[in-house]
Amino acid sequence: MNRPWLLWIPLAVVAFIGGLAIYGLAVPKDDQVHSAMIGKKLPAFALPAATAGVPALSNTDMADGKPRLLNIFASWCLPCKAEAPHLETLKAAGIEIDAIAIRDKPEDVAAFLAEFGNPFRRIGSDSEMAVQLMLGSSGVPETYVIGGDGTILFQHIGDIRAEHVPMLIEKVNAAR
Amino acid sequence: MRAFAPILLALSVPVFAQGSGPTPPMANQQLADPTQEAQAMRLMHSLRCIQCQGQSIADSDAAMAATMRAQVRQQIAAGEKPQAIRSWMIDRYGEWVSFEPDMKGAGLLLWVAPFFIFVASIWLARGLFRRRS
Repeated sequence: MNRPWLLWIPLAVVAFIGGLAIYGLAVPKDDQVHSAMIGKKLPAFALPAATAGVPALSNTDMADGKPRLLNIFASWCLPCKAEAPHLETLKAAGIEIDAIAIRDKPEDVAAFLAEFGNPFRRIGSDSEMAVQLMLGSSGVPETYVIGGDGTILFQHIGDIRAEHVPMLIEKVNAAR
Repeated sequence: MRAFAPILLALSVPVFAQGSGPTPPMANQQLADPTQEAQAMRLMHSLRCIQCQGQSIADSDAAMAATMRAQVRQQIAAGEKPQAIRSWMIDRYGEWVSFEPDMKGAGLLLWVAPFFIFVASIWLARGLFRRRS
């Protein structure tokens, strides 16, 4: 054997693979599917009103110069109930919130609003999840920060908890 | 006893599982043109369901998968190329949504690694045979 250093190559390969395995264990797994639409304009859509008494929602409604939140929710979604008080806090902080109700019925949305309050300016009904797909949204609830020109600036996946409220207020105010 | 079977079957349907909304008609209905349907089917098997993350949208019964299947069939029927529809999905959900990684970035590594491993193994085997002779 005139090239003894060759013997080290298998060890190096095994050490590299072992290192990858340890790295994979150490880094927490991200199960969330993030939207690739951040930084892009809202897709064109026009959804019907989700329930009587709250106006319908189209993409042009959200390009009126004011930044806002777009909440994706459903009356059948448990975490959506948990985040309802925090949406009220955000509304009280002067933030406009529009919403899209996923696979919902008008009477169910009405019952949900009656029980948990209505922080929303407009609610569109996305019964076939078509707009949800266009937004790159992967479930309910999700909350987007939308710029005044209708650009998608930020996506919050999952329910809004008390600790997320200041961050969302800051993101909306930064877009003003 | 047999008379109860339909009642039991009806009770077993998960009524409130994912809310209630109409399933888009094209989600579970084949396209009239068999060539287009075959194209759509091949694409649906290579797109990942957003809701139940291990399954393709062709295999999944989730509401989101139905919406994605309908989107694929609509775009195929409108004459879109499968690769363009895959890009449409990737534009919204990132590379994650595709079971067939693109030949760039980390995806490129996946595509070329077997070639390098093959070349390296030939080289190793060659050394072994030479010593024996």
